[in-house]
Amino acid sequence: MNHLPQAWGRPRDDIYGAYDHSYLQSSGPITHTQKPVVTGTSVLAVKFKDGVVIAADNLGGLRKSCTDLLLVNADIWVEASYGSLARFTDVKRLRSFNSTSVIGIGGDVSDMQYIDRLLNSLSITESHSSDGHILSAANLHTYLSKVMYKRRTDINPLWNQILVAGLDGDEKPFLASVDLLGTTFSSPTLATGFGAHLAQPLLRQVVGSEEDVPSITREKAVEAIKECMKVLFYRDARSIDRYSIAVVTKAGGVELKEDEQLEGQSWAFAETIRGYGTQVA
Amino acid sequence: MFRNNYDNDAVTFSPQGRIFQVEYAQEAVKQGSVVVGIVSKTHAVLLGLKRNAEELSSYQKKIIELDSHFGLALAGLASDARVLSNFMKQQALASKMTYGRPLPIERVINQIADRAQWNTQMAGKRPYGVGLLVAGVDETGPHLFEFSPSGMTQEMAACAIGARSQMARTYLERHLSEFEGASRDELVKHGLRALKESLAQDKELTVENTSVGVVGRAADGKRKIESFKLYDGPEVSALLDASLESTDVPAEGGPAAETGAATQGDPSTAPGDSMDVDT
Amino acid sequence: MAASIFSSNPTLASGPNYSFSQAANNAAAGVKEHSFYPYTDNGGSTLGISGSDFAILAGDTRSTSGYNINSRYAPKVFKIGGDDETGEGAHIVLSVVGFAADGQALKERLDTIVKMYKYQHGKNMSVKACAQRLSTILYQKRFFPYYVHAILGGIDDEGKGSLYSYDPVGSYERESCRAGGAAASLIMPFLDNQVKNNNQYIPGSGEGHELVARKAEPLPKEEVVKIVRDAFTSATERHIEVGDGLQMLVATKDGIEEVYFPLKRD
Repeated sequence: MNHLPQAWGRPRDDIYGAYDHSYLQSSGPITHTQKPVVTGTSVLAVKFKDGVVIAADNLGGLRKSCTDLLLVNADIWVEASYGSLARFTDVKRLRSFNSTSVIGIGGDVSDMQYIDRLLNSLSITESHSSDGHILSAANLHTYLSKVMYKRRTDINPLWNQILVAGLDGDEKPFLASVDLLGTTFSSPTLATGFGAHLAQPLLRQVVGSEEDVPSITREKAVEAIKECMKVLFYRDARSIDRYSIAVVTKAGGVELKEDEQLEGQSWAFAETIRGYGTQVA
Repeated sequence: MFRNNYDNDAVTFSPQGRIFQVEYAQEAVKQGSVVVGIVSKTHAVLLGLKRNAEELSSYQKKIIELDSHFGLALAGLASDARVLSNFMKQQALASKMTYGRPLPIERVINQIADRAQWNTQMAGKRPYGVGLLVAGVDETGPHLFEFSPSGMTQEMAACAIGARSQMARTYLERHLSEFEGASRDELVKHGLRALKESLAQDKELTVENTSVGVVGRAADGKRKIESFKLYDGPEVSALLDASLESTDVPAEGGPAAETGAATQGDPSTAPGDSMDVDT
Repeated sequence: MAASIFSSNPTLASGPNYSFSQAANNAAAGVKEHSFYPYTDNGGSTLGISGSDFAILAGDTRSTSGYNINSRYAPKVFKIGGDDETGEGAHIVLSVVGFAADGQALKERLDTIVKMYKYQHGKNMSVKACAQRLSTILYQKRFFPYYVHAILGGIDDEGKGSLYSYDPVGSYERESCRAGGAAASLIMPFLDNQVKNNNQYIPGSGEGHELVARKAEPLPKEEVVKIVRDAFTSATERHIEVGDGLQMLVATKDGIEEVYFPLKRD
């Protein structure tokens, strides 16, 4: 405490250094999100004959995932303070909608929470006019892609990549993606973040093309996804072993489990890795 | 002399609890030529009797396609209907754009109903002077709605509005039980016969004055809907022949029995002589 | 006491202060650099060829981001002005390659406009009118362009196949053939030679300057389909962003026919 009331409650320069005004941007053009702050990483999904399986781990790190950054721009790497802190270990990144769809969101967690609120309000307006019309996963994906594209066009992006999994208007399996640029695509297997590099090839070995989908059972699809989650935990430093997984089918609706533990891990391979730590090669 | 003091605007009730301007607007609907709509389990049809204001003019459009899955038929002020149909068309495109789904019929009906109601509660506004029949197919099947200037809307199994429409309604009521299971062709047939009931004594249904719109669920598995098809001009002739010449629909009493004799009208006598109100 | 304790608050800077001084990082006037770039390249290639009574637009179906394959089936060629579900009734075809989200937005906008035109005028928009309209749509976004190379095709008022190609800001030209996208530089010279007969001479017609150049003549549809397939199989070999599938839309007076051939998925 000192005799200068203006200083009370403010950080002192002699302790904290001068305040960095560049964070405040009191002048200059309006700018929006330039980089994600708290991020989630991979979301994986695969179609099977009766529906779709989708999974994501429960980690929200402080600007954590290297792969999410790959999506964006190399500039972001420069400011790496708190770079890979596993800050939030209980972030649920799958969300159901309408009992016909589940969305999995990678990227900025605050933007994810905004999307969540957006979908809550959409869900309320939709069920308010209860006339038997239900937005399918395909409809939801179209809607989200318009939201994402609008925001990128305003140069105010929602820093996410979203997978929409569920059933389309004909109650056939549906799986598609939309990212912060509004780019959309659909495929029998999809993965975001690090998973696009690590898991996608493994998933494509199981379901190579759309024609393969009718021959894939639910068990096979779930097993493939779990195996990929395990590989991601082994190989992606920014992942944890707790994850959410959901299965969407016509018969069972949305079956979402949000606190699963990776099973059957084997770290035996780690013994054989040389060149790290204290061992001599 | 008596003068109604409660019809200067649409926001004043009469002591009897009536809003005269709204009732007058509903009169405008009755002045318009008749339109008929029917739904079955699989299809929805709209039929309209077109008028021309004078011998030399063209016929006023009665049926408007709004999107591939729905359309409307109008009775009353055509210009008011145009404004409403432009709005509905926009909504339909917006629904396809934002959700990739055909606009649910009931939703758009509620929207125009809200607009119409607003005009009955705002000083300086005029109620729409048009009644509509909106027919279409969406994810929940075929629908037919009636819209009136008061902002009231109702889902109907069959309906007729416009001049002399009571005759058509009588026909529809009499055959109501047949509609649900009717095929596309049978539905059109019933529609044309109902329309014919409402004709003035010296009138016939002709290729010039008849419009038919059909939309339905698709029979083949390739897609879900059979797109809205508007029959106008020469295309109507086959429908008229099929509907009005045969007598295979059992006549229950008077009106239906007479249809057997009807044939396609002679064009030389057809066009709207003595039509006093245009729509 | 000259140095400011509240370097953060310029209005207090002239008052009493701490003795400790540190250069204020008062960079408020400076603009933080944007690191969000609103475009990306989704790879792939397109190509269009017009004939005497048809126009063909083709595109591969791969979608990429960097070295990743997003999807093996992401169409780049679209029917314009038809039924949403089936594309039935469409009479114009459009291909877009470049930034896929812009391509999608452009396609939907043109489709809406063509539908509105039919609703308002009670007839189909001519390909010529549609081509002009597409140019204005692109130019309206001159300073934040749709990052796409668009090609428009259809049958003109005389019943001839017509093809228009665009740059991202709306410059356009009617052409007999055009390749766009990642492998445009690989395919275009092939088309110049095979469709326009550039650098082809009639054998034995003379020596040196006497050689007679082979005139370009409209090719039959079957021939054009062969050329398109060759162009794409070759581009697939030489360009990593091209492959997976070849989709062709063939516009004739009878409507639009869709053809699909698999390409190598490596």
